[in-house]
Amino acid sequence: MGEVFRPANADEVCSAVKDALKKKQTLELMGQGTRRFLGRPVKADAVLDLSAISGVQMYEPEELVMVVAPGTPVKDIARILADHNQQLAFEPPDYGPLWGLPAGEGTVGGMVMAGRNGPRRLMAGGVRDFVLGVKGVNGFGESFASGGRVVKNVTGFDLPKILTGSFGTLCAVTELTLKLLPKSPDAATLAIFGLDDKQAIQAMTKVLTETAVPVSSAAHLPASIARLSSVKSISNNNTSATLIRVEGFGPAVVARIERLRSALGGAPELLVLDKDDTDLLWQEVTNASCFAETDLPLWRLSVPPSEAALVMSRLHEVLPGQYFFDWAGGAIWLEAPVSEDAGASVIRGTLDKILAGDGHATLIRGSENLRATIAPFQPLSPVLAAIEDRLRKQFDPKGIFNPGRMYGVRNAN
Amino acid sequence: MLMPTPDADLIARKDEFVADLRKIVPGEGVIDDDASLSAYECDGLMAYRQRPLAVVLPETIDQVSQVLGYCHKAGLKVVPRGSGTSLSGGALPLADGIVLAMGKFNKILEVDYANRCVVVQPCVTNTAVTESVAPEGFYYAPDPSSQIICSIGGNVAENAGGVHCLKYGMTTNNILGLQMVLIDGSVVRIGGKHLDSQSLDLLGLICGSEGLLGVITEITVRILRTPETQRALLLGFSEVESAGACVAKVIAEGVVPAAMEIMDRTAIHAAEAFVKVGYPLDVEALLLIEFDGTPEEVDHFINMVNEIANRSGAVSSQQSNSEEERKQFWAGRKAAFPAIGKISPDYYCMDGTIPRNKLPQALRRISELSDEFGLEVANVFHAGDGNLHPMILYNADIEGELEKTEQLGAAILTLCVELGGVLTGEHGVGVEKRDLMQVQFTEADLDQQQRVKCVFDDQGLLNPGKVFPRLRRCAEGGKMHVHHGELRFPDIERY
Repeated sequence: MGEVFRPANADEVCSAVKDALKKKQTLELMGQGTRRFLGRPVKADAVLDLSAISGVQMYEPEELVMVVAPGTPVKDIARILADHNQQLAFEPPDYGPLWGLPAGEGTVGGMVMAGRNGPRRLMAGGVRDFVLGVKGVNGFGESFASGGRVVKNVTGFDLPKILTGSFGTLCAVTELTLKLLPKSPDAATLAIFGLDDKQAIQAMTKVLTETAVPVSSAAHLPASIARLSSVKSISNNNTSATLIRVEGFGPAVVARIERLRSALGGAPELLVLDKDDTDLLWQEVTNASCFAETDLPLWRLSVPPSEAALVMSRLHEVLPGQYFFDWAGGAIWLEAPVSEDAGASVIRGTLDKILAGDGHATLIRGSENLRATIAPFQPLSPVLAAIEDRLRKQFDPKGIFNPGRMYGVRNAN
Repeated sequence: MLMPTPDADLIARKDEFVADLRKIVPGEGVIDDDASLSAYECDGLMAYRQRPLAVVLPETIDQVSQVLGYCHKAGLKVVPRGSGTSLSGGALPLADGIVLAMGKFNKILEVDYANRCVVVQPCVTNTAVTESVAPEGFYYAPDPSSQIICSIGGNVAENAGGVHCLKYGMTTNNILGLQMVLIDGSVVRIGGKHLDSQSLDLLGLICGSEGLLGVITEITVRILRTPETQRALLLGFSEVESAGACVAKVIAEGVVPAAMEIMDRTAIHAAEAFVKVGYPLDVEALLLIEFDGTPEEVDHFINMVNEIANRSGAVSSQQSNSEEERKQFWAGRKAAFPAIGKISPDYYCMDGTIPRNKLPQALRRISELSDEFGLEVANVFHAGDGNLHPMILYNADIEGELEKTEQLGAAILTLCVELGGVLTGEHGVGVEKRDLMQVQFTEADLDQQQRVKCVFDDQGLLNPGKVFPRLRRCAEGGKMHVHHGELRFPDIERY
């Protein structure tokens, strides 16, 4: 790590970027650095540390909107929102412990740039659906804004979408406007025990397609993962657990659970978890906590939910690791044995074969060497790769921001 | 409204282009006679008209690809068109360009309940998606008021909204994937039936790009289970401001209804005269709130909001006790636009969005502006998300009144931006709000957006003259800085 610039505001970011341009330096963009282990290791000449641009600039609870500086700790925002019974509805995950870091750290800038979503993505949408506006500094050292503070806005191109999840490869973010939602006063989880993967995917699909019960998340933990839960009624059962969460106000939650129960009439063993157990359990699912005690390579696959059991059965034949399903099958967490490519080619080959491109695999955890040698993000088709390359050039022509973080380092010209 | 100056050379070569395009789309797929072309002269923004050079109606993706590839080589401009219902002139033709009309792409390709999605061609109508899945208890959430005729492709291009955005989002929040043809003819697939993006969120970028980045040939939309119950509350207020304050209180108490709509006195009276649904006529504002979900929660919220409404000074309250009654509550609101059309020779519908809590301020100022310009304004708005639809009543036969209306419209939209809002909530910028973009954005903001345009269309052939107040050249990776208003390309056209 070379020089560290720590600007205090957007103007200083502009100066730092212009300075870097002049000196032909590349920059690693960083908040607290808690997500540095996601994606390719960046080898930059200097660090642009945005953590000093911090603080909530505007919060209007009755407007469900907040304007924050990128360096604001996520935990501070969560605390302020909790005081007003509001939340970031996509359940931002905390992968710190997966990488051996303390829990609960990280900035809101990092959260948006990494674009990761928790279990409620199934119903409420992902971080992309909650970023209303962005201010940033592009690779010319110019400040620009896009989006706004209102939910309904189609004025100009929706740049907040393309910036969310861009891992700091397009611009240095200096301000974010986030959409908030009320927190449900109550929640419960229906747990079904003893289903195999295929039965579990079928049960979750049944609930989502055959009932009109608003389900906020659905996951399936095979027995060896269920065993690791700190929720005793899940871990003590010595079998798999299929989990369906409903949220709302008290009587509605009770009624929804009853409807789910009758819809699943034939299921062998059911248990209802109360709000405390529900919160604890889904936090574990959100953060994939079951993988925090190991350090094996860890993948997250995004697939059409109905194909999840088939994908996993094929993969399990060749990659005997621990796994579980979130998003009713739409997301698969998979631990891979240490090998030259940590299963990258077999995983992606299987997805290609079964799904014909309708799915992808991201390496969430891997050694620095692994992340430098394989593609942590799914390789793109040539036409998509060309679009992304041109996009990056139009934001950052000299390729000074986080070079190579997502894909190969491109030649600045 | 000034459009880019047509290129006389291109217009002179019309016969050559038509002959070449007929080789790609044979038979009646290329329209070039004046009588037939006139059907394509305008879209839903009928104040502006232009006859295109020709209209091409491709039937296959390969034809779309070949047509675009041909236009790319020939330097011929392309205006994509779905059902032509844009309210901002998004599909307004160019004299020296073709209209690429996607009407023949009208098939539902796949209904996939297990993955809760439907794959459609772009000219399937919004309503047809819901109709195709309704028997199984599903629906497609975005519901723009033109939903019976507007196309899903157009919805994606404009990021269409509707009355239920507060709870269910806009088009961008309800699509999973698409296939698109780029101006060079290459075909690209983005997303699919999986939920999150593999890399940069191109789906989010394309949605709402108003036909400036590519031509959409297939869309995968998310469908939702139809809620068990829907019920509505119809609340009357003696001041529009207290209706606005009630909306803010509802949200502040943690309730997110499926929809919240406000109509002012002019709109109420026009709607009631038009459809006779029994709206109270002695109130200044009607607030229509809809809840959906399980019966227990809907009852709970109806009671809760009734209580909030009481505290907020509601002077009347009705709740729907049957599906028939609910639809009746909506009938007036849904007929508001044609109803205004009955009481005024012409009307001009605006579409700004403001922060909800600025509603009273906005309404006061709109009323003052209405007096200043001497033009009546009727207000209906999606109060839940602050999306205003002021309708300016005017008579196009009176000399200068359209111009005066445009000026009042611009003043209202400028007001929306000043209050922290935006120029357009769901209708798009198109040609209509193009020249106001600088009210909301700085040169640097627009520069960055136009650089993104360069990524997809470096010759500026796709829908030029829309969205951006001036054309600009693309230079790969080059700096196109506008310094103190001094332009890098002083010779480039502005209009």
